Amino acid sequence: MAELVDKISELSGQNLDACYQCGKCSGGCPSVAQMDMLPNQVIRLLQIGLPELALQCNTIWICASCYMCTVRCPRGIDLSKIMEALRQVNLRENLDYMKIKEIKEEDIFILPQIALVANFRKQTA
Amino acid sequence: MKQRIGVFVCHCGINIASTVQIERVVEAIKEYPGVVHAEDYEYMCSDPGQGMIRARIKEKNLTGVVVAACSPTLHELTFRNVTALSGLNPYRCEMANIREHCSWIHKDVDKATKKAIKIIKTIVEKVKLNEELTPLSVPITKRALVIGGGIAGIQSALDIANAGYQVILVEKSSSIGGHMAQLSETFPTLDCSQCILTPKMVEVAQHKNIKLYNYAEIDDVSGYVGNFKVKIRLKASYVDWSKCVGCGLCIEKCPTKVASEFEQGLAPRKAIYVPFPQAVPNKPVIDREHCRYFKTGKCRVCEKVCDLDAIKFDEEDDFVEEEVGAIVVATGYEVYGVQNIGEYGAGRYKDVVDGLQFERLLSASGPTNGEIRRPSDGQIPRRVAFVSCVGSRDPELHKPYCSKVCCMYLAKHAMLYKHRVPDGQPIIFYIDIRSDGKGYEEFVQRAQEEDHVTYIRGKVSKIYEDNGELVLLSADTLAGMPIELRCDLVVLGMAICPSSGVDELTKKLKIQTDANGFLTEAHPKLRPVESLTPGIFIAGCAHAPKDIPDTVAQASAASSKVLEMFGQKELSHDPMVAWVDEDLCSGCGVCISLCPYDARELEIKEGKRIATVKEILCEGCGSCIAGCPAGACQQRNLDDKQVIRMVETVLSRG
Repeated sequence: MAELVDKISELSGQNLDACYQCGKCSGGCPSVAQMDMLPNQVIRLLQIGLPELALQCNTIWICASCYMCTVRCPRGIDLSKIMEALRQVNLRENLDYMKIKEIKEEDIFILPQIALVANFRKQTA
Repeated sequence: MKQRIGVFVCHCGINIASTVQIERVVEAIKEYPGVVHAEDYEYMCSDPGQGMIRARIKEKNLTGVVVAACSPTLHELTFRNVTALSGLNPYRCEMANIREHCSWIHKDVDKATKKAIKIIKTIVEKVKLNEELTPLSVPITKRALVIGGGIAGIQSALDIANAGYQVILVEKSSSIGGHMAQLSETFPTLDCSQCILTPKMVEVAQHKNIKLYNYAEIDDVSGYVGNFKVKIRLKASYVDWSKCVGCGLCIEKCPTKVASEFEQGLAPRKAIYVPFPQAVPNKPVIDREHCRYFKTGKCRVCEKVCDLDAIKFDEEDDFVEEEVGAIVVATGYEVYGVQNIGEYGAGRYKDVVDGLQFERLLSASGPTNGEIRRPSDGQIPRRVAFVSCVGSRDPELHKPYCSKVCCMYLAKHAMLYKHRVPDGQPIIFYIDIRSDGKGYEEFVQRAQEEDHVTYIRGKVSKIYEDNGELVLLSADTLAGMPIELRCDLVVLGMAICPSSGVDELTKKLKIQTDANGFLTEAHPKLRPVESLTPGIFIAGCAHAPKDIPDTVAQASAASSKVLEMFGQKELSHDPMVAWVDEDLCSGCGVCISLCPYDARELEIKEGKRIATVKEILCEGCGSCIAGCPAGACQQRNLDDKQVIRMVETVLSRG
């Protein structure tokens, strides 16, 4: 699995070993309540060579790319880019997180068009 | 004279021998003109290795020695001493660096071997032209200057003074004591900081060998090791301390209140003030910036109430000059400002305090007389959060280093808080607990087991105020859960940084600082209390964050280096200095502007301007030699002839 970790590191441009697991990213994340795994735990799984588990969590999809974690990280790690890299690895396998057919019709009417477009880009292959 | 040079090639275990073929080197160098002997040994610096060189010098009647081994910074002295012991002038011995400059940096064995041979031949050429030199002797003024009157400076001054030498102690504030005087109790033994410090402060004040200049700063430093001249600015205090008896009436009547530095802004002081009751010396100063008379031209209440006529509004800064042989720099630290941490409120929240402020809240002589009351409303906080690594270990936004003392003092804070508020809840947010001093880990365990301090592993991400409480957003990285904690008071374990003004001082002293502004030691392991400038030593937090035991140990170490110097009759100075061919010198003075050591000066000799060399100041850097347009400057044992011969040798075939 070392190759997959290297790929995520390359895609994101981040040194995963720089993280010292302080948890400041998780503490400040505005979406953390919806996540099944803390952002720092996602990094941890990559550090210990378990990227397949990191690819399965919902954290990477819930991440809004708000960059709160990135601006506060004491080690200068851009977590948003790591989350994006993990999404990319999934999407390249055609594993859509959002199933377009499952969107309810009433939601389509309520949601702004731009939100739908953004979601297609972020969560579908 | 026919040269008879011996070459000794070291294997340095496998350090050299694994990359350089020693046998080939010895064979090649044996044949080189001027070389009468060449041999190798596994460790030339060992006793047998040194013995071999001594024996060969005598047997072979050598006139010069080349040791092909490591860098001369490591063993030049060793081998020059060996040479001297055999009756040969030590400056007829040189090292050829075939380790750092060759074996360590190359992989190709053949090329490295050829390069090693070249390096050795070059040094043989140099030795052929080396003169016999004698070290210069330098007299020592056996008095020391200590800069900074915190615990490091106090300890250092006392050690030197107790050994019988005079010490000049300069402190920028009106009292000695430094930050240690502000602390409540000290880890890991919980002894009262003031109780252990004030006897030492008094000892300084009463010591016959210590001359204390408080409220003073270093204005200028000139000279060199053993012979420094220091100009000290005595800042105007506007109080004649020879008349003042410290009755305190002026302070009582002064109408102006400003935030007390000693109380970290948690209590007011007057514009004429003594920083704290146990101050040494216990004499007031007028804070010109805030004094009503200096600001508006009206008031002079202190002058009116002083029966002894001790107030002198017309006083100006004064200067004194002192001659010293050694200097200890102990300028201490300051706390990195809370205003730098935006996500923790940047200083907007009254109930988010730094560690030193909490020390004052804990202190029996502090603004709350030792009762823990939060600054905003004076209430006793029921839940207190302590946050470590604030600004420390943060290379991205703040300071990259660990501030070393925070883990321990936050454990102490939490413990003391629990002792004062038994039903209170102390919670420490940490990333790693660093408790590596004697009795430190036991202390942290005591905080956890006996005082039930809750440790949460996670860095606080955000602090905000809500309805009179503080809300901390963090995560418990061990439980894997986000945390939102409401509490009444937050104590930040802020990073510690070098004192402001140190930058300017280091320029005057010509000593170096690292990327974070801390003083640089001459060697991180083997010369930890010396600066790179001879005669200037460093102690305490000016060097790096450290706790009181380490500071005191380093201060005593610096003193012992001073005493080592003072124990000698005179100092010796390297004779490989610049010299001037007076026939060639046109007196243009380029060398004077280039010399970083003030070692060059113009003199009139027989009606002609000549740039001479003050040999004792010359460090042999070569700047003047490179810059001299007439080629009149030369360096002993590295003159143009030698350098050209060496370059020719490097460039020659074979």
